[in-house]
Amino acid sequence: MIELENMTKVYWMGEVEVYALNGVTLSIKQGEMLSIIGASGSGKSTLLHVIGCLDRPTSGRYLFEGAEVSRLSDNRLAEMRNKKFGFVFQEYNLLPRATALSNVELPLIYGGNRRKRLQAMEALERVGLGARAKHKPTELSGGEQQRVAIARALVNNPALILADEPTGNLDSASTAEIISIFRQLNQDGITVVIVTHEADIASQTQRIIRLLDGKVISDEKVD
Amino acid sequence: MKLIESFAMAIKSLTANKLRSALTMLGIIIGVGAVIAIMAGGAGMENYVTSTLEDLGTDVLYVQPANPDAPGAAAMAPGYATANLTLDDAEAIARIRSVLGVAPTNENFVELTFGDESITSVIEGTTPEFLEAMGYDIASGQFISERNVASRDMVVVLGSKTAEDLFGDEDPLGQRVKIKGKRFTVIGVLALKGGSMFGFSMDEMVIVPITTFQARLFSQKTPSGQDAVQSIAVMVSGPEAMDDVKADIETTLRKRHRIDEDEKDDFTIVSMEQMIGIFTDITGVVSIFLAAIASIGLLVASIGIMNIMLVSVTERTREIGIRKAVGAKRRDILLQFLLEAASLSLVGGGAGIAFGWVLALAISFIATLAGFPLQATLSPFHVIIAVGVSVFIGLASGIYPAMRAARLNPIDALHYG
Repeated sequence: MIELENMTKVYWMGEVEVYALNGVTLSIKQGEMLSIIGASGSGKSTLLHVIGCLDRPTSGRYLFEGAEVSRLSDNRLAEMRNKKFGFVFQEYNLLPRATALSNVELPLIYGGNRRKRLQAMEALERVGLGARAKHKPTELSGGEQQRVAIARALVNNPALILADEPTGNLDSASTAEIISIFRQLNQDGITVVIVTHEADIASQTQRIIRLLDGKVISDEKVD
Repeated sequence: MKLIESFAMAIKSLTANKLRSALTMLGIIIGVGAVIAIMAGGAGMENYVTSTLEDLGTDVLYVQPANPDAPGAAAMAPGYATANLTLDDAEAIARIRSVLGVAPTNENFVELTFGDESITSVIEGTTPEFLEAMGYDIASGQFISERNVASRDMVVVLGSKTAEDLFGDEDPLGQRVKIKGKRFTVIGVLALKGGSMFGFSMDEMVIVPITTFQARLFSQKTPSGQDAVQSIAVMVSGPEAMDDVKADIETTLRKRHRIDEDEKDDFTIVSMEQMIGIFTDITGVVSIFLAAIASIGLLVASIGIMNIMLVSVTERTREIGIRKAVGAKRRDILLQFLLEAASLSLVGGGAGIAFGWVLALAISFIATLAGFPLQATLSPFHVIIAVGVSVFIGLASGIYPAMRAARLNPIDALHYG
């Protein structure tokens, strides 16, 4: 489903060129559950952003479902983010003054969907938070907030869920809960990519890609 | 994303911080309020000045002395022009073709006394044609006659309200009143006419023969020593004859006053239409000028909105990042913030219209108490303009902040704060 060929991403820090990604080639099949692991600065978040069309690579090919996407317009990329990908972040990134339900509805509003309330409720129930739909993020625990974020990522039935250190701010019980939700979603057919720096979490996925200084140094199947 | 949803989102953001929204709107409320109050007040002023000028009949020309060296309307200012019209001039004009009649008139203020009652009133010294030229009717008794004028009779006709004020329920006819210490006999009372001109009620005045006025009350001489006439009302047979009559009066008076071809007239001839026009122009210009100044307030309000929107964009950088991450396009973000600014100014503008209206009413009330019966009027045209201007201000102030918001890089935005 996803083919990356010689992907690079360059930043400018003053006069210095920084290669966040330095020639990454890999492919991801539909239905996989994989993790990307590495130290800070290894480029793992950047790789996730490029895969999810949140950022453009500087060079290289990105084929998604057979079509070249790295040169698409900003608007088309936005549409891809809306329909094909669902992001989950370490800091949850929910709208603080909106209810859980409204937060989950957000992608539906930008996607022009019709039965927003219904679909959003279904997503919330899928992560076990149907009862907390009217609560605001401040009224929810960390684990619950992350579950709302997952519901939001799910609501448009994306092909991939991309999670960047999803359990970084959670205690071990909530962490286990979140990972098990991801596994369940994967069993339902959604491709899941988790970026993490913790080996424990990576070991719960089927494939581990290790990055160092913007390059893939290992790519192994687990289990 | 549909427009209605964007709009709903915009309103939600504004109500999330009511105090800030209210303070930002204050600028527009005051700015629009001031402009509306000025426009409504200006309309009221116009009405005040012109409402009964129109009653007086449109087929009448007014001849008055003018200072040939003075520009424009200043030429007619009393005291600035040398009194140079006489009763003979009036008679000469009366003989012009299409002229139905002339009413030479002098005006002043006097104190009228009857027994213990004493009031101040406008006094007109004139001829019988005055009744028709000014659109009055006689209610009881009779108006002054040609004979009264010829004989300089000490007779007076009272306006409807003056009669009431001085005599109450008593019949004024045949009674004697004192004007400037001299005794006049009341020979008639005018019917109620209504209306006012420059704050003076049309029913609070008294009329004496012009010859009596000149000889016994207020003497004013022309440079050649004859009794002066302040203005001559000329009744014309119909609107088609107006231009011809005006030309003929000019020729006649220029000859009589011995004005050379290259010299300017020492008189002016205006129709009621022109008079109304002049005053409408003046009040109109004043209104526009004041409104333009008040618009400076709107400019300030606009800057205030832009300022707050910029702050808002910065504060919500992360939120913008989230929205973009879940699929918001640039134009979605642009539209959201633009609508927020427009909503602020639209609501503020609406409140401003209401505020301005109340302000105009308050000013009218105070003016009326002070003796100027001003009635502010707000036309739908004014409201539409105010609304349009508000929306424009909102969009103009919001476009720059909205563009900045739309252009944010989602990844950087998510890491902000």
